[in-house]
Amino acid sequence: MSEQKQPSKLAIWLGVRDNSFTRQKTVKFGDASAVNSGRAYGIVTVAFLIFLWWLATSQGWVKPIFWPSLDEVFTRLGKLLDEGFRNVALWDHVSISVYRVLSGVFYGALIGIPLGFAMGLSSVAKGVFDPVVEFIRPIPPLALIPLIILWFGIDEFAKIFLLFLASLFIMTIAARAGVSSVRVSKVHAAYSLGASKLQVLLRVILPNALPEIFTGLRTSMGVCWGTVVAAELVAADKGVGSMIMIAKNFLNTDIVVIGIVIIGLIGFAIEIFMRYLERKLIPWRGKG
Amino acid sequence: MKALNVENVSMIFTVPGGDPVHALKDVSLRMEPGELVSVLGPSGCGKTTLLNIIAGFLAPTSGRITLEGKADSTASVVDKPVADVVRGPGAERGMVFQQGALFEWMTVEKNVSFGPRMARKPKGEIKATVDHLLETVGLQDFSKKPVYQLSGGMQQRVALARCLANDPEVILMDEPLGALDALTREKMQGLVLQLWEETGKTIILITHSVEEALFLGERLIVMAPRPGRIEKEYRLPFAKRGLKESPREIKASPDFIEKREEILSMIWEMEEEIMGQAEG
Repeated sequence: MSEQKQPSKLAIWLGVRDNSFTRQKTVKFGDASAVNSGRAYGIVTVAFLIFLWWLATSQGWVKPIFWPSLDEVFTRLGKLLDEGFRNVALWDHVSISVYRVLSGVFYGALIGIPLGFAMGLSSVAKGVFDPVVEFIRPIPPLALIPLIILWFGIDEFAKIFLLFLASLFIMTIAARAGVSSVRVSKVHAAYSLGASKLQVLLRVILPNALPEIFTGLRTSMGVCWGTVVAAELVAADKGVGSMIMIAKNFLNTDIVVIGIVIIGLIGFAIEIFMRYLERKLIPWRGKG
Repeated sequence: MKALNVENVSMIFTVPGGDPVHALKDVSLRMEPGELVSVLGPSGCGKTTLLNIIAGFLAPTSGRITLEGKADSTASVVDKPVADVVRGPGAERGMVFQQGALFEWMTVEKNVSFGPRMARKPKGEIKATVDHLLETVGLQDFSKKPVYQLSGGMQQRVALARCLANDPEVILMDEPLGALDALTREKMQGLVLQLWEETGKTIILITHSVEEALFLGERLIVMAPRPGRIEKEYRLPFAKRGLKESPREIKASPDFIEKREEILSMIWEMEEEIMGQAEG
């Protein structure tokens, strides 16, 4: 064996060199674990996109109405942070959207988890709710907006109700899947150790379903975040979605772009946060 | 301690759209308190079905399971032995599964204390039981670890301790060592014998391994398939000897090897018969 120089930690972190384990593998194509992070290329890509943005706007390749210059965006961002948008602070636009999502997911989980458990554990509940769940599941929540506006108008309750519906069925199905994933030997073991039905439910079935429930929460958050922005586009005077819609009417492309970036960043942050929570709260996931 | 009776148990599985399968036909068996019985047989002989019926997870098509005698703790006024018919799973029949039946969201300690906690025993008593058992199975340093961080052999030690913590009358073992590597398996066989001696529990152990059945069974029951039935029964000295002598020596001794070959050829014959039936 020839002596190979150990690659630096930085090179490994940047993903331009194999780490010491991957370097020993001879089959790398087809082995997903041998694919490096490629961070260096990511950094280059982002820098290139920003450069392209700067170049295209400063050279006048695109009109500001279609895409604003970096300068404009930063000036506008400073202004938005100072004065807010239409007398509402930028932070309030963001937080009202986040609040709507969290409320929707919360109520969806509150009803959906017990419903999913009932459907996984009782033939009556399964029979009663299965047709309803299976029918409503494929309907995109946005298709319900007209009906919800007719029923509840366009106030806060209507939006949260829409998000509640969006997360309800995701949570129901996740909880049901969690219940069905319990290995029978664990349930048998619990009964043989003298546990009652209630104890089996709370000490075995519930913790066993937590990983699936958490996946449901993550999916719910993602779907609700997409839905809230769309719902705000239709009818709202506060929230990130409404901000970009109103800005569009005034041809404030810079605000539209800022709004879109914020939507992307928050969606990303939610996902990262949920993954973090999952690692902390359910370390046993996939280890049964 | 109670005696366990399997009384004329038959089990017919009816699969929707298939022919009924006679998994067990008229199986009777009596286990005296403190006996260590191993059950051996080719796959499809109904040994796991029998265990599931004893555990109360399956109701037999006919026949019944009874536990006979007084419980240790509660002294009955009537001195006559009482027979309780098994109608479902219960704490007096503990179960040790092959693997994957531990609660991976709990630590070793919480797994072992599960039974007593569900029965709401006093905390001090639970702690004393758990500490003692973890020391017996050699896991005292792992009590706070989550079970998924343990090796397969250690996990089965937890499963044994969890079962014993509940102080059952009878312990049912469904291939408890089946998923372990050969060396770990040998060590664990020693542990099973040691626990049997220390606790004096009645144990039924189901296994595929002829060697394990011979070494661990004070009584060895060989089952035959189609329909599942008891073919032959042996009384063996090896389990008692295993408490004192080295397991390697016992397994290499001529009488052990002779018995092993006899049983192996019996099981081979059964397998060939099945193959013949399947082809014909």
